[in-house]
Amino acid sequence: MSIVGATTTELLARFERGDLSSVEATTAYLDAIALNDQRVKAFLHVDYDHAVAQAKAVDAKRARGEPLGKLAGLPVAVKDVVCTAGQPTTCASRMLKNFVPPYDAHVVTRLRLADAVLIGKTNMDEFAMGSSTENSAFQVTRNPWDLERTPGGSSGGSAAAVAAGMSPLALGTDTGGSIRLPAGYCGVVGMKPTYGRVSRFGLVAYGSSLDQIGPFANDVAGAALLLEVLSGYDRRDSTSVDTPVPEYSRTLEEPLGGLRIGIAKEHFVEGLDREVEQSVRDALEVYRSLGAEIQEISLPHSKYAVAVYYVVAPSEASSNLARYDGVHYGHRAAGFENMIDMYSASRGEGFGPEVKRRIMLGTYALSAGYYDAYYLKALKVRRLIRNDFDKAFESVDVIASPVAPTPAFKIGELIDDPLAMYLSDIYTISANLAGLPGLCLPAGASCDNLPIGLQLLAPPFDEDRLLRAARMFERETQWHKRRAMEVGD
Amino acid sequence: MSDKLTRAEVLKVAKLARLKLTDAELDDCTTKLGTILDYVASLDDVNTDDVEPLVHAVELSNVFRDDVVEPSLPQQAALANAPKTDGRFFLVPQILDAGD
Repeated sequence: MSIVGATTTELLARFERGDLSSVEATTAYLDAIALNDQRVKAFLHVDYDHAVAQAKAVDAKRARGEPLGKLAGLPVAVKDVVCTAGQPTTCASRMLKNFVPPYDAHVVTRLRLADAVLIGKTNMDEFAMGSSTENSAFQVTRNPWDLERTPGGSSGGSAAAVAAGMSPLALGTDTGGSIRLPAGYCGVVGMKPTYGRVSRFGLVAYGSSLDQIGPFANDVAGAALLLEVLSGYDRRDSTSVDTPVPEYSRTLEEPLGGLRIGIAKEHFVEGLDREVEQSVRDALEVYRSLGAEIQEISLPHSKYAVAVYYVVAPSEASSNLARYDGVHYGHRAAGFENMIDMYSASRGEGFGPEVKRRIMLGTYALSAGYYDAYYLKALKVRRLIRNDFDKAFESVDVIASPVAPTPAFKIGELIDDPLAMYLSDIYTISANLAGLPGLCLPAGASCDNLPIGLQLLAPPFDEDRLLRAARMFERETQWHKRRAMEVGD
Repeated sequence: MSDKLTRAEVLKVAKLARLKLTDAELDDCTTKLGTILDYVASLDDVNTDDVEPLVHAVELSNVFRDDVVEPSLPQQAALANAPKTDGRFFLVPQILDAGD
């Protein structure tokens, strides 16, 4: 059996049996990176020696019979917006090209405690702003299923790394769909937890009321296991919520009796690709055959979600990114006239076009005379979007929808049309505004063999049921077994 | 709420945001931000009378903790990423005239 095509469950079983070591597994993934990443360009930093050293340490621990963490020996790739002590964390920005964090993010501490092997840092849209990973200051990541297409974004590097067999697990972040969209485009499982489920300590902030860190894996069990490790209260993030973390991986195989699935009529309108719609409808048939009840629901304000998001997220971004002033860390311009000019010149040089655009948009929306008309108005509509979901979840357990209107688009296709790019997040963005958990799993293929994702949303802190609902579908289908790239080993 | 955005307004916002933009970037921003704001104007269609703004999905308030002294980042670690230091402080351009 191929190592790099294996699921996390299979890898852990082989470690347990002793017929595979973490060093062998890690080396196989590093070989896959060496072989494929020149084309895919998913990684910004790979520290080969350090990865092997971590794997050796885990193997030694196992040999000594010491207790091991839940991810013992498994490589995990980390989006380059999450701080790793002593290793570069660039946010794919010129601004942070040379930044080396002095501390680990909470989730990185969790990974280390779980005996994971940190295999490298992945490419992304600069400061997580984008839907294609083309906004990286350093490289454009390509979709492993079709190198002419984008992997989606902003966590495109992490999704592509898992899809191309360059890591069995990866971390992404999702502010408006940045985990779920690339998961859909790359044919892997990606999950955004409930806002507050995972600590944001050490995550470089973009839209603080929306950002969540979540898992990528090549099956639901892998995502459940990684989420279990990441989740939980952390006093260093005052928005992290102190509720118990269920053992998601333990209950995963228990099907949900009497599952009620909602489909929103607003999700099946003009602009939705025929093959994508068909895949979602086929998925609903699978659920129906398992005894689930499909109900039509209404999310009347969902058509305003993208507009709300592009006021709220840039407003928060304009405030969060004010910290890049060329003083404490980050890029400082070589030439300037005075202090203010140093700020402006450093920021003008350090940020790329999309980041500048969003800072401008947010500054405008928050500026005197516009605050009520834009920012406050958007927050009120945000409440209405949340109310729609609260009402829908009175009668259904999960909401099923496409993850995006089309399969992966071509590199360059939308780069000059920001609004069209923003609309690729039309199905994912509401979950962030409402703080809901959402998951995307492979549920079809287009006639061009591109993956098609199914999105499931659940009420806050219902990750357990969300994962089980996803697993019910996965168990009945073969879509998750398709692999974009195989490497012999 | 969306009047057509002018280049002068964009320039003013760039100043507020402390962003030095080139002429080409200013032109580009004027066009593209205008398009985005036109799209955002669809929010005007929604009646939000008596609707409370939703700032956060998890509506927590006043998260308190004890005020306890803990070790902070060592000075050298805090300075390690700075563009310019003298080994003890962050260095910035002079902000006061010599006569002040």
